[in-house]
Amino acid sequence: MNPLPLVAVAGSPNAGKSALFNALTGARQKVGNYPGVTVERHSGRLMLTDGRPVELVDLPGAYSLEPASPDEAVTRDVLLGKQEGERQPDALVIVIDASNLDNHLRFALQLIELGLPTIVALNMVDLARRDGLELDAAILERELGVPVVETVAVRRRGIHELHAAVDDMLSSPRCGVHKRVKSDLVNLQRRARAIASAAVVSETPVRRWTHRLDSVLLHPVAGPIILAAIMFVMFQAVFAWSQVPVAWITSAVAWLSDVATNALPAGILRSMVVDGAIAGVGAVITFLPQILILFFFILLLEGTGYMVRAAFLMDRLMHGVGLSGRAFIPLLSSFACAVPGIMATRTIDDPKDRLTTILVAPLMTCSARLPVYTLIIAAFIPNTRLTWGVGLQGVVMFGLYIVGIMGALGAAYVLRRGVLKGGGGGFMMELPKYQWPPIKDVAIGILTRVQIFLKRAGTIILGTTIVLWALASMPQAGPGQKQSEVSIAGRIASGIEVVVKPIGFNHDISLALLPAMAAREVAVSAIATVYSLDAGDDPAGNQPLVKKLRHGWPLPTALAFLAWFVFAPQCISTIAVTRRETNGWKWPLFMIGYLFALAYIAAGLTYWTAVALGL
Amino acid sequence: MNAPFQPDTLGLDQLKIGTKARVLSIDWASLDESESNRLRHFGFDEGITVEPLHLGPFGRDPIAIRVGRMTVAIRRRHAGAVRVTPLQL
Repeated sequence: MNPLPLVAVAGSPNAGKSALFNALTGARQKVGNYPGVTVERHSGRLMLTDGRPVELVDLPGAYSLEPASPDEAVTRDVLLGKQEGERQPDALVIVIDASNLDNHLRFALQLIELGLPTIVALNMVDLARRDGLELDAAILERELGVPVVETVAVRRRGIHELHAAVDDMLSSPRCGVHKRVKSDLVNLQRRARAIASAAVVSETPVRRWTHRLDSVLLHPVAGPIILAAIMFVMFQAVFAWSQVPVAWITSAVAWLSDVATNALPAGILRSMVVDGAIAGVGAVITFLPQILILFFFILLLEGTGYMVRAAFLMDRLMHGVGLSGRAFIPLLSSFACAVPGIMATRTIDDPKDRLTTILVAPLMTCSARLPVYTLIIAAFIPNTRLTWGVGLQGVVMFGLYIVGIMGALGAAYVLRRGVLKGGGGGFMMELPKYQWPPIKDVAIGILTRVQIFLKRAGTIILGTTIVLWALASMPQAGPGQKQSEVSIAGRIASGIEVVVKPIGFNHDISLALLPAMAAREVAVSAIATVYSLDAGDDPAGNQPLVKKLRHGWPLPTALAFLAWFVFAPQCISTIAVTRRETNGWKWPLFMIGYLFALAYIAAGLTYWTAVALGL
Repeated sequence: MNAPFQPDTLGLDQLKIGTKARVLSIDWASLDESESNRLRHFGFDEGITVEPLHLGPFGRDPIAIRVGRMTVAIRRRHAGAVRVTPLQL
């Protein structure tokens, strides 16, 4: 079978390439990986008018064919037909930012020299107009020698015309392939400037929005304060906004549990469904609203262009511990989940910078820790209001985030002076124009996360919950015995307890630690399952988990448990992605070792201090 | 750096915020390959006009610089490799 014709979408970073790709292919996309390297491959299908399908591939953004990052190397290799696992594209769609012609035309010229059938999408013409630029696409078309289509990808303008142009290009491929003239960057840049100034019909000087905003947001004093305020609002919102939807989900789970209890005959099946599946998965689903709110903020910060500004503000501090401002974005993403965070380190050029960032990323408080933190905070920290809009619980949560950040910075500092010494590392980034991201793109991003979370809840969490239920309910406890002591799981936990007893962990925690390796939030469902089983048919057992914990755990134990979760590498997915991103077991094993050691020390110190203070 | 003394030339890192300047020379040898590629990607070249816009809040590092129609951020150390002469207005 002949493979489909392959059309590559290429362009410089911030040209709106992915928005254009989304507009052309719609929601049906495939995300894969180029073999041997850790660069994602996004592809989709486009239908020509004669019904022939074409495969469209979205190449990583690059400034030129002379790479300065692993992403750019993939783009070059695909375009030159040298990338393993990818055929050379049959045609190109080059995306350029109309408001930054001088720069983006350089890469376009270099790509046109490849001699493939090519269309240029002159994107973001609306932003160019906002900047007071009037462009003549006809001049551009003449100078470049390829068709030019004006588009505004985020508003889906010009997409139909672009589709038609792709259609034309593939139905009547130009014959006579150019020879590749290899021009150097400087000459290309000079030609690009000449063409750009020819294509600009008129330019009205305007005070650019971006500059005005930057003079506030990048202000040496106001900038960091605003950044801290944004972060603080973000974490308060995670709590405040989620209360109502969390209450809905909690009552829905309770209702479902009642329905199942009434519908099923008493016995092993009912126990498995109610105590295992519903109690376990229900406890985790409750945290969906918080995860959504966090992702909403992160996607918004990314989409508006603020994320890069945050990197700018933080670069000097990150440099102080041997990282670059670039690490700030992967680390900030790790607040949602370390897995995409670690994958985002691909944009860091320096290998040692990148490895350090990967190793400390799990210390950033990911959303999977939220269920654990929320449960313990709700049970043990009084809901006092300190001042308007600021509650004690929120402050404690903020504090846990800070401890995680300090831990990450400290670990980076030590790593960069020890095992990962050397390497310069730099910070060279474009500060893109501020833009309001299309609601639809943000919505798609959030929806993808919901799917991933629910899929995890439906598979890993459901699976481990049921296995744990089985281990925890067999063999049946006799009269006067506690189910969580006699069961198989209880016996394994007793083994773990020997090790963790010195740091204040009780039997329940020991029982939760093992399944929590699958995913941190499973700790909550594991504890829920255990209490649910221990309670049996005792009506007093139906009180909320929070109340049970309050009665069952001393405060120092609860605090030690929180401290443990700040550091412990309890997530199989993170370990797996680290193995993939570092091409071997050496670094993931190193990561597991140092993080467990830190977790043990931190939990121990917390416990002993709390006991000494008489809490 | 031991650049020979020239009147009115200074490193881009010495330039005051909001002062436009023309690039006289770039010490490519002091940068590694990917760093110099990246500077070229941003459009750094002899003869172009640059303008420092913002400084990082800590240690006045990095520096946000307008190059053509783009704003880019680079560290002080890299900016030092770019010799400029301020434009008289």
